[in-house]
Amino acid sequence: MSLDLFLQYLFAGITYGSIYAIVAIGFNIIYNTTGIINFAQGEFVMLGGMIAISLLEYLPLGYAIAAAVLITMAIGALIEMLFIRWLESPSVLRMIIITIGISILLRESALHIWGESIRSLPYFYGNEITTFNLGSVHISPQVVWVIVACAVMMAGLSVFFRSTPIGREMRACAANRTAALLCGINTRNMVTLSFMLSAGIGALAGCVMSPITYTQYDSGTSLAIKGFTVAILGGLGNSLAAVAAGILLGIIEAFSVSVVPLAFQDAIAIAILLLILFVKPHGIFGSSEAARLKDF
Amino acid sequence: MKSSLSHWVRAGAVCCLLLGPALSPALAGTVKVGAIFAVTGPASFLGGPEARTAALVVEKINKAGGIGGDTIQLIVKDSAGSTEKAVSFAKQLIEEEKVVAIIGPSTSGESMAVKKVAEDGQTTLISCAAADVIVNPVARYVFKTPQKDSFAAQMIFEEMRRLKIDTVALASGNDGFGKAGKEQLEKLAPAFGITVAASETYDSKATDLSALVAKLKANAAIQAVINWSVVPAQAIIAKNMRQAGWRVPLFQSHGFGNIEYVRAAGAAAEGIVFPCGRLLVVDALPAGHPQKALLGQYKSEYEAAYKEEASAFGGYAYDAMNMVAAAVRQAGNDRAKVRDAVEGLKNFPGVGGMFTFSPEDHNGLTIDSFAMMTVRDGQFVLYQGK
Repeated sequence: MSLDLFLQYLFAGITYGSIYAIVAIGFNIIYNTTGIINFAQGEFVMLGGMIAISLLEYLPLGYAIAAAVLITMAIGALIEMLFIRWLESPSVLRMIIITIGISILLRESALHIWGESIRSLPYFYGNEITTFNLGSVHISPQVVWVIVACAVMMAGLSVFFRSTPIGREMRACAANRTAALLCGINTRNMVTLSFMLSAGIGALAGCVMSPITYTQYDSGTSLAIKGFTVAILGGLGNSLAAVAAGILLGIIEAFSVSVVPLAFQDAIAIAILLLILFVKPHGIFGSSEAARLKDF
Repeated sequence: MKSSLSHWVRAGAVCCLLLGPALSPALAGTVKVGAIFAVTGPASFLGGPEARTAALVVEKINKAGGIGGDTIQLIVKDSAGSTEKAVSFAKQLIEEEKVVAIIGPSTSGESMAVKKVAEDGQTTLISCAAADVIVNPVARYVFKTPQKDSFAAQMIFEEMRRLKIDTVALASGNDGFGKAGKEQLEKLAPAFGITVAASETYDSKATDLSALVAKLKANAAIQAVINWSVVPAQAIIAKNMRQAGWRVPLFQSHGFGNIEYVRAAGAAAEGIVFPCGRLLVVDALPAGHPQKALLGQYKSEYEAAYKEEASAFGGYAYDAMNMVAAAVRQAGNDRAKVRDAVEGLKNFPGVGGMFTFSPEDHNGLTIDSFAMMTVRDGQFVLYQGK
């Protein structure tokens, strides 16, 4: 394999990987405060893209994206209040089933609102054929946007969870809800907040990736599967590990093209997921000690 | 309150049961036609326009007094692109609804699965999917309206010969359409003296093909790429090729005949060459062209009714529905006679071309039902050669 080809694969892998990572971070936020996996996460990504595309008729790109993020956050909060907040100490299984239901609901609503056609936001910089060259490697500016968005989100979240009072309260909720409640933390509000946060992050991800991957009413499902794989691969709840795992999976997928047809990409992702679940179920970066202390 | 509500529901249900048989004589003048389209799901860009078009055609016929006073009742089933659903809907339409004929399904995979059901149920099936294998070998009850994919492959290879291209790469989706097209291309290439240097398959839900493009680009012998799919990957491969700075010509199949993909690919769509029916370039056709009036009429009616651009896909359903209507008009509400009437259609003007069926040919189109097209300034135009 020539160096050019190697680098080209590497960048393709980093692109896929960053997209998976952002979705995985959304999973992690809700997992961190509630201990559940929100299977509607992919739908937040789709909604963010779709709403921004619709708003683009009335607003400039930057404002449309900001508005789409805020609207999706509101939808996230609304969903939590309507379907999750009033449940009295729900079991994890029940909450997961509810989120699967929500994902179907959102997908079907999107089909009714936007129809089945594919849409996309325009490229933030340049157009479909603009590239800049890094040595002999051609990179689309949108790829840089995705990577930067991923890095900024990760840094922001890490500061938020470690250094702000609300972030700490959210983490306390995840560690032990009863204890957090006894400490005077409003755990219900924290859960709502985590849904808003992950909806917002999903929506932003949906906007930056839309020019590359396009947005369709059902594009959330496959993203959610990849994001979930990555979240597990890195170790649930750890956003930094999710980014590393995302990029690792992306690179494996990209390089696999040189030996097997691209159609096997998903099979590779699922095979890795199964392997991790068998060999190291707490993720490559997770610790088995910490995992044992969790509910499941 | 609750109990009284359920009371009403029960009473209503009983009324319906009692009235059911009494109402049915009023429905006597109805001809039931089944339709199986992928209205939702990954192939919805096919099924959506098809279902809307079929509804439009039926509405128009019924408004004009129906067929000899009988109104057509179109029963549309949404298969969501799933083969299993398509098969069970086909059985339901044939056995329970007792339809006179079925139009659809939208995809080649579904059509191949439903083929046997139609044969067993002795009911005419006019498929709206492209693969050759649907009507080759001929099945007694199965017809199809889209142009054969072998014609499309032939058109592409002829153009390549003119451009002196002899080494190509194939990329195709892993769905029924992609697989059938890949088979045709690989089979026909040697006859045109063209070498297939690489043949790659991608998932039909693929969202980025830059790794695949990098792999193909590394092979310096490749002079052109042929992509064969009906999914958004058609636009993605165009973008990824141009982003990689790869300037070889990109040929696509007739699956590209939807302006949405041109919009999605934006500047990267410029110069893509593909064969397609003439609906896309109706305004550019000479005044005397036998299809011009019909194409213009379909396009304006569809666009007025649904506020979206007419695509070649909707045209497949337009032809299928009109064929069923013509056959019923001739043979009445009788499955066996309708089959014979469809097979007997000669020089039937449609969106796809002039159809002439025979016991040996259940597609009825010739290669000139296709024209080579390209994209210029975000619009489809007739390809004039390089």
